[in-house]
Amino acid sequence: MQSNSHNFKKNVKGALQDKELQIALAHVQEGFINKRALAVDKLAEFEQLREQAKQIRNHTLEHLDYYLERYEQAVTKLGGQVHWARDSKEACEIVLNICQQAEAKSVIKGKSMVSEEIGLNEVLEQSGMDVIESDLGEYILQLAEEPPSHIIAPAIHKTRDQISDLFVKHHAQYGFSERQTTVPNLVNEARAVLRKRFLEADVGITGGNFLVAETGSNIIVTNEGNGDLSCTLPKVHIVTSGIEKVVPTLDDATALLRLLGRSATGQEITSYTTFSSGPKRPEDLDGPEQYHVVLVDNVRSKMLADEFREMLRCIRCGACMNHCPVYGSVGGHVYGWVYPGPMGVVLSSMNLGLEETKDLANACTLNGRCAEVCPVKIPLPDLLRNLRRQQHEARLNSLAVRYGLNIWAAIAKRPAIYAAMMRIAMPLMGALGRKRGRFRYFPLAGGWTAGRDLPAPQGSTFQSLYSKRTRQKT
Amino acid sequence: MSDARTEIFSRVHKALGRESLSSQQRKSLDERMASAPDLIRPQFSDDLVEHFANQLQSVAASFVRVSNTEGIIPAITEHLDSLGLNHKLVVAPSLKDLQWPKNFEIHSGRARDADLASVTGCFVAVAETGSVVLLSSPESPTTLNFLPDYHIAIVKSSQLVRHMEDVWTEFRQLPGGIPRTINLISGPSKTADVEQTLQVGAHGPRSFHVVFVEQS
Repeated sequence: MQSNSHNFKKNVKGALQDKELQIALAHVQEGFINKRALAVDKLAEFEQLREQAKQIRNHTLEHLDYYLERYEQAVTKLGGQVHWARDSKEACEIVLNICQQAEAKSVIKGKSMVSEEIGLNEVLEQSGMDVIESDLGEYILQLAEEPPSHIIAPAIHKTRDQISDLFVKHHAQYGFSERQTTVPNLVNEARAVLRKRFLEADVGITGGNFLVAETGSNIIVTNEGNGDLSCTLPKVHIVTSGIEKVVPTLDDATALLRLLGRSATGQEITSYTTFSSGPKRPEDLDGPEQYHVVLVDNVRSKMLADEFREMLRCIRCGACMNHCPVYGSVGGHVYGWVYPGPMGVVLSSMNLGLEETKDLANACTLNGRCAEVCPVKIPLPDLLRNLRRQQHEARLNSLAVRYGLNIWAAIAKRPAIYAAMMRIAMPLMGALGRKRGRFRYFPLAGGWTAGRDLPAPQGSTFQSLYSKRTRQKT
Repeated sequence: MSDARTEIFSRVHKALGRESLSSQQRKSLDERMASAPDLIRPQFSDDLVEHFANQLQSVAASFVRVSNTEGIIPAITEHLDSLGLNHKLVVAPSLKDLQWPKNFEIHSGRARDADLASVTGCFVAVAETGSVVLLSSPESPTTLNFLPDYHIAIVKSSQLVRHMEDVWTEFRQLPGGIPRTINLISGPSKTADVEQTLQVGAHGPRSFHVVFVEQS
């Protein structure tokens, strides 16, 4: 997918003024955060499960070569095919080739973030295939010609009104002339339109929430059942997944599944958890005749090597973005690429480079909520700080910031000078701001004070209070 | 252009700072695979059947308990009538020899688009999550679980297990190896993609009904 991450600052301004977007974003708070909190409260073992999940993912990543080999052997033994793709282009070529071999005219897709990552739809469409997204949220966005703004609720930025308009515009050709405005009617209309597409599709493409080395299965987790129809009805099933999605055994997958639904939507389990392994058996009455898995590297092996390896533990639940105050204010589109929110900042920076994405990591407030809710304990704030450090080292931040930080570092590393300066600066600021108790504008902090006032310091500095107390105690 | 697989493996090795694994390391990983690790399972102490029933209700599925196999067909009839449906069913081939009443129109096999309601058995059911587990086979085609608007599953009390891990224990003992599809079904098809409002009947069944058969 084409990146628009370099326009982050500009896009943020637009998003903050977009009234419909702000209404839609309010649902994130009501929906995801509260539901997750309830589900977590109900499970006494939740914290232990997080730690265990972290260990399972770390173990797998440390032996990724072994588990990928075992997985490949298991798939092959069942008559499936595993394909390896170094990058997006190669992945798209592989999928296209499979579709062309199958003489596919129509392709139905379950939700797959990797397929978004590699930009698959465009490639298939350019070759004349009819590609239909079947997850309701993804389908709505396909009609709107927009990318997803959330990894598990892709159309969360759309209001019901906007969806009604889209259906009126695009469903008239199927004989739906009445404008539907209630949720049940909108869902029913989409069901009727998409049912036909499921039945006529030649190829079904799904993602893989996990790949099980023990059995050669890909697991998909859905509520709609769209992924299941996509991988059951067409004669070819293609799975697009990242190489890091492999887990050792069915039991390991179970341990992660207990966290995925709860962290994502507050569900103990989704309606459908489905394990697909190979093509249909000769005696089966339904199921696909071919089963392909396309394993994509992109920058994953690079992340495995560096300080961002922990990011590869990610199980794509979306909890980090649901709890991110920045995401909650601006939504997912402003991030400019496939993955939004805290996990998206890291993945976008890895995939697109530091220069293209330099504003993303700097939009973080380091409040730490993302790390608190992450089911596999990824230290996202640390990773975001690493990105900032790398930007600084690569001289990608502005001169003012760079010099400012260097001067700050020089002073902060010398406690005597720091304390002396504070002893002068703080009372001075206190005196200057005494009248209002706050500053509306402060030199060198214009950006900061543009949106809020800076409180004037009162009394002594923290350092002097601290040493005073220490003296009193002894 | 070197082979993508070779290159990805060499990238992974480089990232991990080692060549391929020693035979000893490989052996210990083989052992971990062969005997699945003992992992944390959520504990619950209430009655297994009650837990199962409560979990099903919490995911918008319906549940009815009958005391023996003779209660199955009356329970199905009652369910169909309560939904105002006719007595036309597509059933799993494993169920075609049940004593279906004469006024029922039964066909068995895979489901087609026109089929409104299906009846299946199951492999096991999981109390922990309120899930019914189905394995694909000629006796249990997967389309039955997704194409019809209404899905009825028959679960026998001997099929109820406590945790998801117990499914895998049962499953590894099967002689035929892994089937193409394992479905853990926990409730009807639903979506919250329109304004986070939960709506059942997205693409799959609009209702999921479990007939639970007590056995002595």
